[in-house]
Amino acid sequence: MTQVHIKTNINGDNLEFLCGPDETLLDVLRDKLQLTGTKEGCGTGDCGACSITLDGKLVCSCLVLGAEADNAKITTIEGMSDGEKLHPLQQKFLDHAALQCGICTPGILVAAKALLEKNPDPTESEVRYWLAGNLCRCTGYDKIIRAVMDAAKEMRS
Amino acid sequence: MRYVSPLSAEEASNHLFSENGVSRVLAGGTDVLVQMKSGIVEPDLIVDIKKIPGIREIVALDGFYRIGAAVSGSEIKDHEDISRMIPGVVEALDLIGSTQIQGRCTMVGNLCNASPAADSVPALIAVEAKVNIFSPEGNRSCNVEEIPIAPGKTSLKKGEFIVSIDIPYRPKFSSDSYLRFTPRTEMDIAVVSAAVALTMSKDGVCEKAKVVLGAVAPTVKVVHEASRVLIGSRLDQNTIKEMSQFCIDACSPISDKRGTVEFRTDVAGVLAARAAKKAYSRAGF
Repeated sequence: MTQVHIKTNINGDNLEFLCGPDETLLDVLRDKLQLTGTKEGCGTGDCGACSITLDGKLVCSCLVLGAEADNAKITTIEGMSDGEKLHPLQQKFLDHAALQCGICTPGILVAAKALLEKNPDPTESEVRYWLAGNLCRCTGYDKIIRAVMDAAKEMRS
Repeated sequence: MRYVSPLSAEEASNHLFSENGVSRVLAGGTDVLVQMKSGIVEPDLIVDIKKIPGIREIVALDGFYRIGAAVSGSEIKDHEDISRMIPGVVEALDLIGSTQIQGRCTMVGNLCNASPAADSVPALIAVEAKVNIFSPEGNRSCNVEEIPIAPGKTSLKKGEFIVSIDIPYRPKFSSDSYLRFTPRTEMDIAVVSAAVALTMSKDGVCEKAKVVLGAVAPTVKVVHEASRVLIGSRLDQNTIKEMSQFCIDACSPISDKRGTVEFRTDVAGVLAARAAKKAYSRAGF
């Protein structure tokens, strides 16, 4: 199978990779670029664990081909903190104990960040609807929602 | 499998036309990638159409909005004029999948997947949207309802693909609505759905109506009798009741784990009535 040569930008770094034409961006991120913060859950776009942003849009990386990343701007969970300094959302997830096993957490953080960039002052129900595609089987969601609301409040002040 | 991302519609069509194996058009990929992963389809060729100029744009032309085939659901939702003009289509798009899916999925993809339960299709038919097809035999246009011919099958011929959807500007005192029944509020597929588009006179008499049902037949169903009975009325209770009955009579659904024939048929009548009332009130009455 002919490999496709892709030039892209991930978390501000220009990089290149070769991938198979049927390889997903999720597999490229995890297996080729060692960006393993992005998780694989269902692999069919239902669980949101593989959430990233592609040219500013929140998407499931399991439903994007690696080849589609050509000339794109991608952000993943690895680009969220500022060096050692956690993003307010990350800090609030710790403060509110908004995670247990942690598999869904990177996807939810990336999704929540995309929401707050679009709408810095969401209502609780807007947060719940926005995150409806991010499944968590541990927390029961309440702590996640509280952490996002609290982070939003802090980021506005 | 080969992946190509042509820079023109002609080049894309040539790829699709000359491929002897299975080919698939890729725009948002939210159906085709899932089908590839689950082994439903094993394409020999993927034609990514997103690099074709204009295919990701919404333009206002004389008489209609032209929405490129690769414009995502969320881009349409974020377009204020379109959201105001066709709230029914936009609420249908807003029901498809999650935020993540809406960032990628397209109306043309929803149409070409040819599911009878596709959310945006009844709503598009109700507002009389047309599709523009690039074809090796010469480009053509047709109504949205002419595309799906059976579950998973479209009327598109080899080498053809849809490049854009045209949505006519709506006259004054017009509006539309889309409702569906699902057991959950989010992340679900329509058990039954109904779209109604209305154009009223300035004193509230219906001049034009289109009633469309989803998931009650092998393809989306336009209920002409239900549309006709609304015309000339003020959507009074008796007219709505009559319209509901025409919808019920038009249903030929299947029974499956999500709903029985009886349930789907009954709910189709209820949803059509509610959608008609909602469109009426959105039109300003």
